[in-house]
Amino acid sequence: MTATSSKAPLPDTSRTYTLPSARRFLLWTGMAALLAWVLVPIYFVALGAFGGRTGVFRWPKSIWPSDLSFAPMMQFLNIEGVFNALMNSFIAAGLTVVFSILLGAPAGYALARYSFRGQNAYRLLVLLTRAFPLAILALPLTVSFIRIGLYDTPFGVSLIHTVLALPFAALVTQSLFMGIPREYEEAAWVFGCTRLQAFVRIVLPLALPGLAATAIFAFVISWNEVFAASILTVRERTLTAYLLKILAESPLHYRFAGGFILIIPSVLFIFAVRRYLFAVWGIASK
Amino acid sequence: MTARTSWIPYALIAPSVLFLGALFIVPLVQTIWLSFSAGEGLSLVNYQRMAGDLNFGLAIRNTFLLTVVVVPLQVVLALAMATMVSKLEKGRDLVLWVLTIPLGVSDLAAGLAWLSLLQNTGYLNSALYALGLIPGPVGWLSQETPWALFFGIVLAEIWRATAIVLVILIAGLQLIPKEFSEAAEIFGASPWTRFRRITLPLLKPSLQSALILRTVLAFEVFAVVYALGGRNFPVLAGEAYTWQNENQNYGVAAAYAVLIMAISLAATAVYLRALRTRPEQLP
Repeated sequence: MTATSSKAPLPDTSRTYTLPSARRFLLWTGMAALLAWVLVPIYFVALGAFGGRTGVFRWPKSIWPSDLSFAPMMQFLNIEGVFNALMNSFIAAGLTVVFSILLGAPAGYALARYSFRGQNAYRLLVLLTRAFPLAILALPLTVSFIRIGLYDTPFGVSLIHTVLALPFAALVTQSLFMGIPREYEEAAWVFGCTRLQAFVRIVLPLALPGLAATAIFAFVISWNEVFAASILTVRERTLTAYLLKILAESPLHYRFAGGFILIIPSVLFIFAVRRYLFAVWGIASK
Repeated sequence: MTARTSWIPYALIAPSVLFLGALFIVPLVQTIWLSFSAGEGLSLVNYQRMAGDLNFGLAIRNTFLLTVVVVPLQVVLALAMATMVSKLEKGRDLVLWVLTIPLGVSDLAAGLAWLSLLQNTGYLNSALYALGLIPGPVGWLSQETPWALFFGIVLAEIWRATAIVLVILIAGLQLIPKEFSEAAEIFGASPWTRFRRITLPLLKPSLQSALILRTVLAFEVFAVVYALGGRNFPVLAGEAYTWQNENQNYGVAAAYAVLIMAISLAATAVYLRALRTRPEQLP
């Protein structure tokens, strides 16, 4: 595992700043324990996902992989409804990304560049969402969604997921745009660009990496959400809603396969945004 | 530095205001209204049915118990992680990436990952068997072993959601000027004193937002519990789900929702008061 590669003791002690070796040993032991704590459950669910029925019921288990194959995973994906659920999850998450950026980024830009009456009221509205368990608001939406035909569609699910992601997107893009000097834009106006042109040509390219990170967070928020997705769907379930539904009756190795598929994108995405993680959360939690 | 007030900022925030109005404020009001309505007129019938339900007391007790146990442990663990990471000389990025992976893991997936460890023929039992502590597969997640099940859920919750506390705290730690701690060191303050007298007070805003976020989410806990214990461990959000989807009784589900919201708001208010930072205390 990754833990072992960085655990190797450092032979050179010629650094300017070093802890006493006993304390360093302690530090790395603790660190290795923490890394194992995070990675081991993921490793075991992966073994469960690729081990199939025999793997799940083998007793006693060895922690080393044996008899792994893609067959159990393919089997799981071929179950009626699983692939559809996977697609629905992607659609809902994709739409959540689009909506939260399209609605959140302009608001973030307004907060960063203008001072206007009602600014604080708007901030309060955005912060207020954080004190509420938002997914629970899906409960009354069932009725209105049935009435307007949004019930049981990934589109409807993405709307409530956007409520979760939008405050986040607005706050993060606000600080993103604040970090881009307004003089750049003003220079573009001087050279005859309209406001929109100046934004598209000057600000947008500079903001793009941060916007991408925001988009990825929105995706993960939607991909992982269970409660609202389960309330608002019956046939067109997202993957989380599907897994929750079959939890009681499906064999263990299918559950592990589902869990593993849920985990994979998160791991990749966290890797993709690791540079932004702390900046983004520093802003969003102010 | 600010531009003259015009219609532009209003046009820019209008879509999100309308959206939050339609899908945050309206459902909020609807939930409250739904919880008080039964047939014609307002009544407390839904609340009476909720309170009269067998699982109600258990759900309240379990949800509070989980929150009270899990949230403080997460904060302590995240502080320890952040301190250790800051002492690393090499591999800090890699370590941080691994430690923050659970941040992106769904509560359902976290529950399933821990299920692979804790199920009857899982890795925990295999290890206990190898050590000669148990004669064969033992069930930890059934109704007969409520404390083992509770402990399993606590583990899964700590595993999953400590990462978010860690990220918020590290983001907060980056804002604290190094000079403060260095100055204290010159005056002979021990590492523990420096942590208690300098780092912790300056970290208060970050602690506050981490606590609010985690506590609100902890009262919503649902999928982890279902993945590990099914219906064996009733929690508030799980009851709301059951009343809505299985019993098709939207009124009682709404009553549960209002209860969860009230508890979350109360917790937020407590944190805002207890961890208030006066502006002059900020660096």
